[in-house]
Amino acid sequence: MTDTRTAPRADTARAGAVVLTDVVKRYGRGPGAVTALDGVSLSVEPGSFTCLLGASGCGKSTLLSLVAGLDDISGGAIEHVDQPVAMMFQESALFPWLTVLGNVEIALRVRGVGRAERRRRALELLETVRLSGFAHKRPHELSGGMRQRVALARALAQDASVLLMDEPFGALDAMTRDLLHDELERIWREQRLTVLFVTHNVREAVRLGDRVVLLSSRPGRVLNVYDVDLDRPRRIDSAPVATLAADITDALRAEVGRHAG
Amino acid sequence: MTDLKAATARPVVVPPVDDEELAAGRASRPRGRRRLGPGRPIRLGFLIGPLLLLGVWIWGSAAGWIDPRVLTAPWTVAATAWDLWESGRLGPDLLVSARRFALGLAFGVAAGLVLALVSGLSRWGEAIVDGPVQIKRSIPNLALLPLLLLWFGIDERMKIITIALGVLIPIYIHTHNGLRSIDGRYAELAETLRLRPAAFVGRVVLPGALPGFLLGMRFAVTSSWLSLVVVEQVNATSGIGYMMLLAGTYGQTDVIIVGLVLYALLGLASDSIVRLVQRRALSWRRTLED
Repeated sequence: MTDTRTAPRADTARAGAVVLTDVVKRYGRGPGAVTALDGVSLSVEPGSFTCLLGASGCGKSTLLSLVAGLDDISGGAIEHVDQPVAMMFQESALFPWLTVLGNVEIALRVRGVGRAERRRRALELLETVRLSGFAHKRPHELSGGMRQRVALARALAQDASVLLMDEPFGALDAMTRDLLHDELERIWREQRLTVLFVTHNVREAVRLGDRVVLLSSRPGRVLNVYDVDLDRPRRIDSAPVATLAADITDALRAEVGRHAG
Repeated sequence: MTDLKAATARPVVVPPVDDEELAAGRASRPRGRRRLGPGRPIRLGFLIGPLLLLGVWIWGSAAGWIDPRVLTAPWTVAATAWDLWESGRLGPDLLVSARRFALGLAFGVAAGLVLALVSGLSRWGEAIVDGPVQIKRSIPNLALLPLLLLWFGIDERMKIITIALGVLIPIYIHTHNGLRSIDGRYAELAETLRLRPAAFVGRVVLPGALPGFLLGMRFAVTSSWLSLVVVEQVNATSGIGYMMLLAGTYGQTDVIIVGLVLYALLGLASDSIVRLVQRRALSWRRTLED
C-alpha cells in the first residue's frame, strides 16, 4: 500500500464512521414476509470508500436507506459515530422548479445558513463540481452527468462526513461516468469523506473502493469483502482493476447462477 | 523534441466539464423541433378563434343573413356600447361587476387553497374536508341561492360569498390532485435533506402542486364570471347583469348583446392572463406545451 490516503485518519475533523451489527430487514408479516437483509455486519472506517456490490434485488439499496434513516430496521443495530449523513440517488433527484443554485442552497437553508453565506457557499460548491457557469440553469437544461454533479454539490452542502450514494452514476454513459469517478475521487480525498457507494457495476466498485463488499441475493448477506490495494488515482480500464474485477465477477456470477438455477 | 518538451512543461490543469458531456446534454444544443406534437407556438394564437367568430358575425350581418331582430349587428352593438359609456351608464356597472368578480375570486381561491392543503397534507384533514367539498360540488349555485339570500341578505356580501363558493371548488379539486400527484421521490429527497414541515410545504408541496393549482385557476376565473351573471340577474341593482336584465324588460337586444360581449371579453382576457402566468411559472416543465 503505497497510497498515502490509507493512513489512519482519526485526527481529521470530518472523519465519521458507520457500524452495522447483524442488521435484519423484513417487509411484511407472517408467512408472506420477505427478508431483504439477513444479518449484515459491516464496519465502515472513517475516511474510507466502501462499495456495496450485488445483483439487483440483493437489498443493497435497502441497506443504504436504513443507514440514511429513511426506513426502520427489523433487527440488529446501526451505529453512527457522526450523525449527519448525506444521500445521493441514481435518478438525479433535483427539484425541477429550482435553479441549479437553488437546489444546492436548499441544503444550506435547512442548516440555517444565512442568505449571503448561502449564496457564497453554494457557488463555491458548484465550482468544486465544475459547474460554475450553470448556477442559474434549470435541471431540465442540463445533461445527465451535469445533473449528477449538481446532486453531488448538494450532498456536499449538507456538510455531512458520511456520503451515501445509491448507484449515482448508473444512468450515465461510460465516458461521463469515467469523468465523474475522477471528480468523486478528488472530492472524497479533498474533503476527507466517508463514502458508502452502492453499485451493480463490478469495475466501478473496484475503480473507486478501498473495499468492495459483495452481497448475496434474497436474503442479502455479506458474501465476501475484498480489499482493493491498488494505487490511486486508478483507471477503470487498467489491467489490475480488470483482474480484480474479473475475480469478483466470477463470485457474483456464481451467486446469481445459484438463484437462477 | 522541443515540441515534446513544451507539451510536458505545460502545467497540468484539470479540464472543466468535458465537451463530450456538454454535447451529450441539452445545454449546448438548440432546442430541436419535435416532428410529432402540436408544433410551433403561434403568436397571439388564442385570438384567432374568437376573431373568426367575430368575422362570421360581421359578414353574416353585412350580407343580411342575420336578422338584426335575432342578433344585433356588431356595429350597432359597438355604437350602443359607446353610447352607454358616453352617458356614464356602462362605466359604473362595469366597475361594480369587476369588483365582485375580483373579491369573489380572491376569497374563493384563498379558501380553496387552504382546504386543499389541509386535505392534501393530512389524512384527518382529508376525512373532514373532502366529503363536504364533494357535496358542495354536486349542488348548483343556483339551487343554493335562495338559502344564501336568507342567510346573507341581498347585499354585496351574499354576492361575493356565492361567487367564492363557485371558485373554491375547482381550486380545491385541482390543487388537491396536483399535490397528491407530486412524485414520491421529492418527498424522499426532502427527508434526506431533513427539511422541516414548513420548508417542505413552501419548497416542495406548493411548487409541486402549482401545475394543478393553475389549471384550477383557469376553471376558477371562468366560474367567477359565470357566478357573477347569476347573482347579478337574480337580485341586484347594479352591475352588467342588472343592466342586461333591465334591457331585457325593455326589449333592448343591443344592450343585452353588449353585456354578453363584455362577459365574453372579460372571460377570455382573464383566462389568457392565467395561461400566460402558467407558461411563465411552469417553464421548468418539459411538455408538449413549449
